[in-house]
Amino acid sequence: MNELAAASPTVTAALGLVLAWLLVGGLGLVRPNKTGWIAHVLFPLGAVIALGVAAIGTTTWLPAFVTQQMVLPLGLPDLPFHVRLDALSGFFLVLLGVAGTGISIFSAGYFRAGEGTAPGLLCLQYHVFLASMAMVTLADDAYLFMVAWETMALSSYFLVTTQHRLPEIRRAGFLYLLMAHVGALGILLCFGVLHGGSWSMTFDAMRAGTLTPFWMSMAFLLALFGFGAKAGLVPLHVWLPEAHPAAPSPVSAMMSGLMLKTAIYGLLRVGLDVLPIGPWWWGTLTLALGLGTALYGVVFAAVQTDMKRLLAYSSIENIGLIMAGIGLVLICRCFDMHVLAALALAAVLIHSFNHALFKSLLFLATGSVMHATGERSLGKLGGLIRRMPWVAAFALVGALAIAGLPPLNGFISEWLLLQAFLQTPHIPHAFLNMIVPLGAAVVSLAAALAGYVMVKFYGVIFLGQHRENTLVTAHDASGLERIGLAWLALVCILIGAFPQIALDAVGHVTQLLVGAAAQRGPSWWWITPVATHQVSYSGLWFWMGLLVVTGVTFIFVRRFYRGRVRRTAAWDCGYPWQTPRMQDSAEGFGQPIRHLFGPIFKIERELPRPSDAAPRYRIQIDDRVWLACYQPLGRVLQRVTENLAVLQGGRLAVYLLYSFLTLIVLLVCVL
Amino acid sequence: MTTAVYLWQVGVCLVATGLAPLFAGWVGQCRAMLQNRAAPPVWQPYRMLRKLFHKEATLATDASWLFRSAPYVVFAVMVLAAAIIPSLTTQLPVARVADAIALVGLFATARVFMALAAMDIGTAFGTLGARREMMMGFLTEPALLMVLFNAFLMAGTTALPAIVQSTLTPSHAMLHPSLAFAAVAFVMVLLAENARLPIDNPSTHLELTMIHEAMVLEYSARHLALMEWASWLKLFNYACIGFTLFMPWGIATQSVSVGGMAFALLALVAKLLVAGSALALFETTSAKLRLFRAPEFLTMAFLLAVLGLLVHLLLEG
Repeated sequence: MNELAAASPTVTAALGLVLAWLLVGGLGLVRPNKTGWIAHVLFPLGAVIALGVAAIGTTTWLPAFVTQQMVLPLGLPDLPFHVRLDALSGFFLVLLGVAGTGISIFSAGYFRAGEGTAPGLLCLQYHVFLASMAMVTLADDAYLFMVAWETMALSSYFLVTTQHRLPEIRRAGFLYLLMAHVGALGILLCFGVLHGGSWSMTFDAMRAGTLTPFWMSMAFLLALFGFGAKAGLVPLHVWLPEAHPAAPSPVSAMMSGLMLKTAIYGLLRVGLDVLPIGPWWWGTLTLALGLGTALYGVVFAAVQTDMKRLLAYSSIENIGLIMAGIGLVLICRCFDMHVLAALALAAVLIHSFNHALFKSLLFLATGSVMHATGERSLGKLGGLIRRMPWVAAFALVGALAIAGLPPLNGFISEWLLLQAFLQTPHIPHAFLNMIVPLGAAVVSLAAALAGYVMVKFYGVIFLGQHRENTLVTAHDASGLERIGLAWLALVCILIGAFPQIALDAVGHVTQLLVGAAAQRGPSWWWITPVATHQVSYSGLWFWMGLLVVTGVTFIFVRRFYRGRVRRTAAWDCGYPWQTPRMQDSAEGFGQPIRHLFGPIFKIERELPRPSDAAPRYRIQIDDRVWLACYQPLGRVLQRVTENLAVLQGGRLAVYLLYSFLTLIVLLVCVL
Repeated sequence: MTTAVYLWQVGVCLVATGLAPLFAGWVGQCRAMLQNRAAPPVWQPYRMLRKLFHKEATLATDASWLFRSAPYVVFAVMVLAAAIIPSLTTQLPVARVADAIALVGLFATARVFMALAAMDIGTAFGTLGARREMMMGFLTEPALLMVLFNAFLMAGTTALPAIVQSTLTPSHAMLHPSLAFAAVAFVMVLLAENARLPIDNPSTHLELTMIHEAMVLEYSARHLALMEWASWLKLFNYACIGFTLFMPWGIATQSVSVGGMAFALLALVAKLLVAGSALALFETTSAKLRLFRAPEFLTMAFLLAVLGLLVHLLLEG
């Protein structure tokens, strides 16, 4: 152990930090109901460790860094745990650390006693969840990977069901657990295919193994299924909109911001690193699924009336964009277009990072809103910018970033993805070079719809009049919560202003996986991923231009026209009687989308009659995938199990007969 | 040398900011003449700005900081967009800061801020306008991007100056069928984005049909002036995008000189005169669409642009 540790100090440090997380979690159990101790000591400690994890990840960007491997004296006899730190796992450790820091600081101010699970137990589950995600990225053999993966699924299940007294939350948790295990089964089978009869579980052995093309494709499809179920690829996305609203907001932030990214990590590890270069249809399949998922997610997000469900569908959209990028990487890699593959992979990685930031930020903001108002339904919020100015300001950064608007970070990754699509007509394949560029149309449509969704999200929650009188008493987030939100918003702005740093950072990963890196600019504040004369973007100059022009306009207007302002009632075309009910509700804002994309939804509507004294309008929108795929499947399963239940007669003699018959059959087989 | 270039850059921004109301005035005059009305003077928009800037601003009681800052942001975004578009010359520094995709992003930023500001007061018309504007936006934005994609594929770049250069290169000067699709789609996007007929009527105040006007309903005085100016700048910018993509003649491509810039300015004014009268003619001869026909109109623009892309890939790819 000692000589190995000396050889790979960074991995040892990373493992030490993982242990520290577990320790902090364990300390929570010492006095499980002492909120002050847990909130003001343990969670901030977890945040500091998260920063350390991020720092460990950044060491992989140093020029002197070489991949480090290590064998742990843990695990089963003859099957020790292997860990490894390379550029890919380093990048995801940074992602985990940076976003985890913000979430942990926020959680310190968020979790309170008396909300389901005791705070001490929650602290343990929370830190085990973080530690298991770190271990997923560090694992270098299938065995440790699956152990960490399952720990992650279980700890997050317990976190989702924090308020386990409510039956709908238990139901949502069960659905999540079920989908997590169906996905894990796919991954397990994928590893089963990959070891190729060698029975060696290390990724190194799998890389060296030779598979027939059929089994290679089999392994890829299983990985796509398994990791797709975790990431929320349509049609495996059904658990996301159920689990996210059920979980406490920091947990939703971790699941959406971080856990979905471990699935992306897994797919990149298996699809680009462990598996050799495959046929081009792997890429087209992933691309098509990704584009479909993006469009599906964003259209459903636009019609949601629950703010956390809306964000969950928006996560599905972002995962779709990331998957589309991975598809592009796979296609380019199979035609030996390394630079283009590197560009697409850079877009994938930066978008994963960005999504971890702004989606955590928005989920945490909904947490503050829920604490302040006790409401999750958009129809009962409104006007919170005046009651919660801090949360509103940070949420605005998150909303603008997720809508892909320059000069924030969401724009950078979407820009890179579009640039990658623009180069696809050069693919040396007569069919692909015409179809793939059209994917850009879907990407831009999804990005534009994301803007619609975010205006709805932000406008209905924070702007306008209070839709309920009780909102007048809403209070702003606590100090620690604000720091957590501010941290995430700050990183969003910084990546938007310095995209070249992000591009440099992912350059190491693209070098590792596809053997090339996207070009940077001639000077450090430019990015020119394709070629200097062709395209360039400078986040810093963009920010400065915007600030300077806004400032000059402001000064001029103020200087020449004194700032006389009179406050009065809203004009509203002179209508004298205005109530908050006259604003668009969440349903109303989604109406154009329901109208345009009607066939996608299953809509049930209840309209009031003109004579109704208390008119009520109700609309319910269901996911057709759930009705078309999962309900029939559930029914079939139910019927099969009912028939099988005949075997379970409840009589001991019959059970003994089963054992006896099995024994006979086995004996016959052996002999 | 470099300071001169930056001064030219500031000059180009000022020209765009100054010419934009004039262009709007010209379109208004053409419309009035075509409709047998007594035409307002061309500088009517300037008078309006002067009037609005001198008034006392009235704000709704509930207006937040977002509502007050949105006009400045929207105006600044449009000025920055004018700096990016090579309307006079391809040799200016800011054009390199952002490419055409960022330009679409800039327009989206302005739209989102306007929609958010419209929702801020919480009146029925504000949210209605915001919703309609975002509905138009999610259809026009990808359509515009696809139009630009046509040009990108032809020039192999997303940088607008390089697109102008490549179109002006004699060897490229042939007819591209894909550009015809793109041009039709672009005109449709221009009409929708700038609240013109047949999507929106700039001179209406009929609440049930308006989009843009509904959003700025609560603004007054200097805030309204900035919003209106920004919308004129937007029209000007769109016209300039059209010129760079489809008729870049006259844009200076050599190093910046007084003579070249003067010629480019003349060419720009001539093109604006033609484009303005064409826009007025189109608006006079078309009727407003019902609101729910508007998405069909825009979907057609989007599909035309995608078709142009496909045509390019089939014929020239």
